Amino acid sequence: MSIGFVTAAYVVAAILFILALGGLSNMEKAKRAIWYGIVGMALAVGATVVTPGVGNHAAIALMIALGGIGGWVVATRVQMTQMPELVAGFHSLVGLAAVFIGINADLEMKAALAAKEAGTVEQLAGFAATIAKKSSVELSMLKVELFLGILIGAITFTGSVVAYGKLAGKISSAALTLPFRHQLNLAGFVLCFLLGWMYLDGAGLWTMIVVAILAGAIGWHLIMAIGGADMPVVVSMLNSYSGWAAAAIGFTLGNDLLIVVGALVGSSGAILSYIMCRGMNRSFVSVILGGWGGTGAPAAEVSGEMIAIDADGVASALEEADSIIIVPGYGMAVAQAQQSVSELTRRLRAQGKQVRFAIHPVAGRLPGHMNVLLAEAKVPYDIVLEMDEINDDFPNTDVVIVIGANDIVNPAAQEDPNSPIAGMPVLEVWKAKQVIVLKRGQGTGYSGIENPLFFKENTRMFYGDAKASIDALLSKLS
Amino acid sequence: MKIGAPRELHPGEKRVALTPDSARQLQKLGYECLVESGAGEAAMFSDEAYREAGVKVVPDAAALWAEADIVVKVREPKIEEIDAAPEGKTVISFLWPAQNEDLLRRMNEKRMTALAMDMVPRISRAQKMDALSSMANIAGYRAVIEAGANFGRFFTGQVTAAGKVPPAKVLVIGAGVAGLAAIGTAVSLGAIVRAFDVRPEVAEQIESMGAEFLMLDFSDDLSGEGGYAKPASPEFIEKEMELFRQQAPEVDIVITTALIPGRPAPKLWPEEMVKLMKPGSVIIDLAAERGGNCDLTVPDQKIVTDNHVAIIGYTDFPSRMATQASTLYATNIRHMLTDLTPGKDGVCVVNMEDDVIRSCTVCKDGEITFPPPPLKVQAIAKPKPKPKEPTPEEKAAREAEELRRSLNHTAWMLGVGGALCLLVGLVAPASFMQHFIVFVLSVFVGYHVIWGVAHALHTPLMAITNAISSIIIVGALLQVGSSSTTVVILAALAILMASVNIFGGFLVTRRMLAMFQRS
Repeated sequence: MSIGFVTAAYVVAAILFILALGGLSNMEKAKRAIWYGIVGMALAVGATVVTPGVGNHAAIALMIALGGIGGWVVATRVQMTQMPELVAGFHSLVGLAAVFIGINADLEMKAALAAKEAGTVEQLAGFAATIAKKSSVELSMLKVELFLGILIGAITFTGSVVAYGKLAGKISSAALTLPFRHQLNLAGFVLCFLLGWMYLDGAGLWTMIVVAILAGAIGWHLIMAIGGADMPVVVSMLNSYSGWAAAAIGFTLGNDLLIVVGALVGSSGAILSYIMCRGMNRSFVSVILGGWGGTGAPAAEVSGEMIAIDADGVASALEEADSIIIVPGYGMAVAQAQQSVSELTRRLRAQGKQVRFAIHPVAGRLPGHMNVLLAEAKVPYDIVLEMDEINDDFPNTDVVIVIGANDIVNPAAQEDPNSPIAGMPVLEVWKAKQVIVLKRGQGTGYSGIENPLFFKENTRMFYGDAKASIDALLSKLS
Repeated sequence: MKIGAPRELHPGEKRVALTPDSARQLQKLGYECLVESGAGEAAMFSDEAYREAGVKVVPDAAALWAEADIVVKVREPKIEEIDAAPEGKTVISFLWPAQNEDLLRRMNEKRMTALAMDMVPRISRAQKMDALSSMANIAGYRAVIEAGANFGRFFTGQVTAAGKVPPAKVLVIGAGVAGLAAIGTAVSLGAIVRAFDVRPEVAEQIESMGAEFLMLDFSDDLSGEGGYAKPASPEFIEKEMELFRQQAPEVDIVITTALIPGRPAPKLWPEEMVKLMKPGSVIIDLAAERGGNCDLTVPDQKIVTDNHVAIIGYTDFPSRMATQASTLYATNIRHMLTDLTPGKDGVCVVNMEDDVIRSCTVCKDGEITFPPPPLKVQAIAKPKPKPKEPTPEEKAAREAEELRRSLNHTAWMLGVGGALCLLVGLVAPASFMQHFIVFVLSVFVGYHVIWGVAHALHTPLMAITNAISSIIIVGALLQVGSSSTTVVILAALAILMASVNIFGGFLVTRRMLAMFQRS
């Protein structure tokens, strides 16, 4: 097939990808948007396979078939609550692929140069043939791009693996704070760039392999230093990185489709991270550098007592209430309680009560995590409201049920200027007449910050696994 | 251990601290119960009823004090009672330790353990034993009933064939438990109710009971410890009097409930107000026992002034509803004993580590433990000062400032970005610049597209961008046809990984989107 045809196919694929992302602006369009993405991807792969110079079709078919089956199995088996770690895990694959392709590009470049000297350029196939035509300036440009592709790819790879581990609970979610961690990261980057310089200067492939290892270590360390509560931002940021890696590889290979799509993914991930950081009122830099920003004075001591309540007490509070707001958090996801919550919602609504959901922008471990779970449990999405839409309604609400959420309902964010989360927008649940908090135990939340909400006069603690608690509650409700 | 309730000695006191019902519950805690013969008579609990509940009826107070380990009472014991009692007893009753120092000293000399029901802190956990609240609730209700009995008109307005009846106007001063109960009762009888309190934060509670809150335009916040009010400044009182002066000629019934802990009741309704009122009006002074909120109040009496305003200064409103009051009080006492009996084995443990019990205990082991240390928990959270509303000019100025800053910001970004682009253009070859244009434009497209994505769809967005980022497969596809084996293997692996991502990513996104539905 001619290069012109391939380019045309690329243009169509790029437009389809843009439509796929833009289509997510509303729920109804979103279902079609995914098909744009799928068709775009099929077109891109198909067109590339028939590009002149691309050989080894049998290997391609085998690998795509194997990968396809693998992806299919994983994606159909995974629980909705495991979505965050799945997405993080997928990012690592893109990162590693970028590293491999980068190393390949170097190998091909060597081959092309050797062939040029030996005068056997005509025998070269595929990518090597393109490289052979490049001038020396273009070649050094290519080396820069290749270096960036490997660097970002390796960071994405290990970072995603760590993010996966933290989200899946295989690695402690607490932030790892090595001494001099910022200096360590900085030294790592400086070393990487030095190696990159040597590579440009003609040093061999080994520099790139060392860069890949070093960058991998940086990625590991960067994400280890970020606490579990910041994981949504991290996953989105890694998403962005995988895009930039693809774009860098696109430059290396001179492939516009890779550049377009890489840039799309990269910028969308970056903006999503930014939106999320804004939701937490934190600067992006302090999130990606890990740990909570330095705090001056110690946070205010929380004193008082937590008052427990049992299922009967909650049931009677709900029977008397007219308006109820449910605030789900990560605890709901962990306990897989969304179906029970949905059932609870259905019964309460059947009794003519107003039931709504308040979703904090950073509830859960992914942006929109709660929406996905509630949608899975068939909670109608027009009663699921965002923080800004519902925050003013709390004072007129009879009962607020907080399910496994902690920091996003922490009044310290507003009341205690020395709290590590001071200034973060939170759901003002404590303004409601009564707050019932479903919680596993008396410990602090993901960020390790005391929550004065639990000590408020109108708060009752309903201890236990969220799903078991709600099921117990359901048996008490008619 | 044995719990005994003697007959109340205070003249006119009809309540009793133990009812047959509460005795049954106490027996479940492992206690034996005693009652002095005739103690419940005035509250309609006969000795027979007690016996049926398994309570031992003893003939006189001396026998009761001798046999019982814990004596429960309503009114504070008289000094003579204590003098006659054996040593080492536990006494639970209203004690008013701040006012009854002599009594406290005497009890301590007798090595008694004394728990004052009036010292129960006003925190949620202790509400079940808050006898002051349960008695105040009765007093508030009864105050309205007494007012109605002494008032010559309907509470509710009526239009009848025999003429139009205006509704009664009731003013409640002090919106504590008694005040709120009075508001509720008066509203349910159909009266127009207004209420005043020096603590602005109770406005909401007053309105929730159906009364109108009389606002005082004054910035002092007089909320004191434990849900009570603090004394007011002279300027404040002046404002307050002005407000009452306006109300006095209008209202038919005034119910005053204002108390400040440890002080005589504030004088809120001086003689001049009474003079301003219409003939036939009624004043119920619930603070009569502590001197009264009205100048003319005579404790325990109903008086009628020259201008025919009835002023009722009864101090025994709860006692006037003795059955109800005894039931509630006995329940408060029972809850207190439940907390004092952690083992449910009939053994009373005065645990001084427990906040509530510590506050109530005024003497123990030969030591006077009053006053208690301050509580760890605040009774009522302090309301936050409201941020000042910016004026329109300030708002406009701030918006202009923000706009200017954002424009400046954009200009800077464009400047720096443009300069960087030019710099790249200087050194980079033409072929690179072609790709570079594509790259920059794509970043812009991505930027604008993503802002439009609905918040709820952020997770599907992440999943779909993840799937799309596997476009990197294109790079691997371009390399897999190479002549070098290493390159082929690495490229094949990259294809494998990317295709896992393609299929997995799109499938997961589909699963997610398929779940969004509208009811």
